[in-house]
Amino acid sequence: MSGGAVAATALEQEDIRGPHQDSGASEAKAVGTSRWTPYLLLSPGMLWLAVFFVVPTVALLVTSLYTGSLDQGYTFTFPGNWSTYSDALSTYYPQYFRSFVYAALATVFCLLLAYPLAYFIAFRAGRWKSTMLVLVIAPFFTSFLIRTLAWQTILADDGWIVQTMNTLHITNVLTWLHLTEPGRVINTPLAVVTGLTYNFLPFMVLPLYASLDRMDSRLIEAAQDLYSSAWTSLRKVTWPLSLPGVVAGTLLTFIPAVGDYINSELLGSPKTTMIGNVIQDKFFSEVDYPTMAALSVVLMVAVLIIVSIYVRRAGTEELV
Amino acid sequence: MATTTHAAPRTGTTRSSTKRPGGPIRWVRERIIAIIGLLVVLYMFAPIFVVVLFSFNQPAGKYNYQFTQFSTNAWTNLCEVGGMCESLRLSLFIGVVATLVSVVLGTLVAFAIGRHRFRGRSGTNLLIFMPMATPEVVMGASLLAFFVGISTARGVGTILIAHIMFCLSFVVVTVKARISSLDSRLEQAAMDLYADERTTFWKITFPLVLPGIIGASLLAFSLSFDDFIVTNFNSGSTTTFPLFVWGAAQRGVPPQVNVVGSLMFFAALAIVLVSQVVQRRRAKA
Repeated sequence: MSGGAVAATALEQEDIRGPHQDSGASEAKAVGTSRWTPYLLLSPGMLWLAVFFVVPTVALLVTSLYTGSLDQGYTFTFPGNWSTYSDALSTYYPQYFRSFVYAALATVFCLLLAYPLAYFIAFRAGRWKSTMLVLVIAPFFTSFLIRTLAWQTILADDGWIVQTMNTLHITNVLTWLHLTEPGRVINTPLAVVTGLTYNFLPFMVLPLYASLDRMDSRLIEAAQDLYSSAWTSLRKVTWPLSLPGVVAGTLLTFIPAVGDYINSELLGSPKTTMIGNVIQDKFFSEVDYPTMAALSVVLMVAVLIIVSIYVRRAGTEELV
Repeated sequence: MATTTHAAPRTGTTRSSTKRPGGPIRWVRERIIAIIGLLVVLYMFAPIFVVVLFSFNQPAGKYNYQFTQFSTNAWTNLCEVGGMCESLRLSLFIGVVATLVSVVLGTLVAFAIGRHRFRGRSGTNLLIFMPMATPEVVMGASLLAFFVGISTARGVGTILIAHIMFCLSFVVVTVKARISSLDSRLEQAAMDLYADERTTFWKITFPLVLPGIIGASLLAFSLSFDDFIVTNFNSGSTTTFPLFVWGAAQRGVPPQVNVVGSLMFFAALAIVLVSQVVQRRRAKA
């Protein structure tokens, strides 16, 4: 998913914060129109989603339960071939584990990087606010793959970043933490997490900015007038009020990161394969549709569980 | 107002223009957020710098990792690389068609949700939300399972179907945000002045929602143009630009790819800056 995409929504969100009227008033227009009007408006789009999202999801479920092989042909017999699931899970649990760990790390790093930046833009940038916002999303207008390939160059063994890290023995410490290999960063877990963090950063910055910008900065002043330290007012006032942005941002970062295989493929090694790599290999190298489908279903269920826990706190309407 | 008595703890938010005694540590402490922010912006621009720099490189071998010699060859001979410009053209075509269809369908849905009360509202919201909450690899795999199941040959048509599907939700969300922020009193005023519903819609409502629709179009286009994962599963032997880059990454990326990356960056930057200037002018007028 492209960063330019989020960019557009954010720019959009910048000027939608106009007059907020009560939702009852917006219904006024509906008076006089037929009660079938909403369904007429909905049907083409919803039909598209039903046929090309819901039906394929069912097709995925059915495919995951197929018996047979590519040569003999696949058949579905009730109750389905559930051993595909147990085989897939017992073989590929390390990749699932790795995907969730990398995505979680990337989400945490995104939050650590994005929060100060969003805070700065929302409260300190003054009249440079919109220019800063453009600058922040501008890098993500280039293609995802090209951006990721650039990290290959930046993290190359003879690049100055890795050379400096070697001189300062940072790579040794990171190697001890199993994040890098001696003297190199590219093709290690650190490189993959760096790429994931980089690529999904705008998905974190924009919701955070939106929620911080909506905040009444007088509340911070009030806290400090009541002798709260900068740290306490951040912890007790700013952070809780920015939670909707944090929840939306972590979701928007975590979901694409957990299924991503581009970063792992371009910046990692066979030792850093994530579940996305396995799913695409099952299709491209082995043409093993049932395993591909079973792995996808498990990933989707896992993500849905995480998302539903979050959505219960944030509400679907508030997202994005 | 006790501003001077407890100045120290307030450093976090007071304007930094007030000169207070203190060493460089204090100077850094007062600007810590700005400094971190600047570092993050640098981090964001690092790859762009590399992309633009290496578009002017004359690589020694097939890999473009080491800057060997300055050259404008890649810029002047953009389509020299076999298949790249064809893939770009295809991606532009798919992007435009996917944008048009998804914006029309999505805007209709957004009006239904933003302007009408109807049964099945929460179900509709869920169906719109689901594609955004599904990892792309799962979406790609399920569409593949579907197309294989109905034995459809994969190509431009299946790519378009997929792109329209995942752009749709983002269009609905963007346009809906715009609709729900409108001041409905403007429409009431128009109706009070004897405008009929049709006139009110085309003269008042639609122009007000238009910025949202334009935003949604840009969003849909960039989503489609840049999509790799879903496309990869459903392209058959068709090569879009991201698929071309992916293939090139295995063999060594020609500097022409960096040129396209740079062009995309500058073009998008120009669009956004121009739209900002226009908005500012309008706000002043």
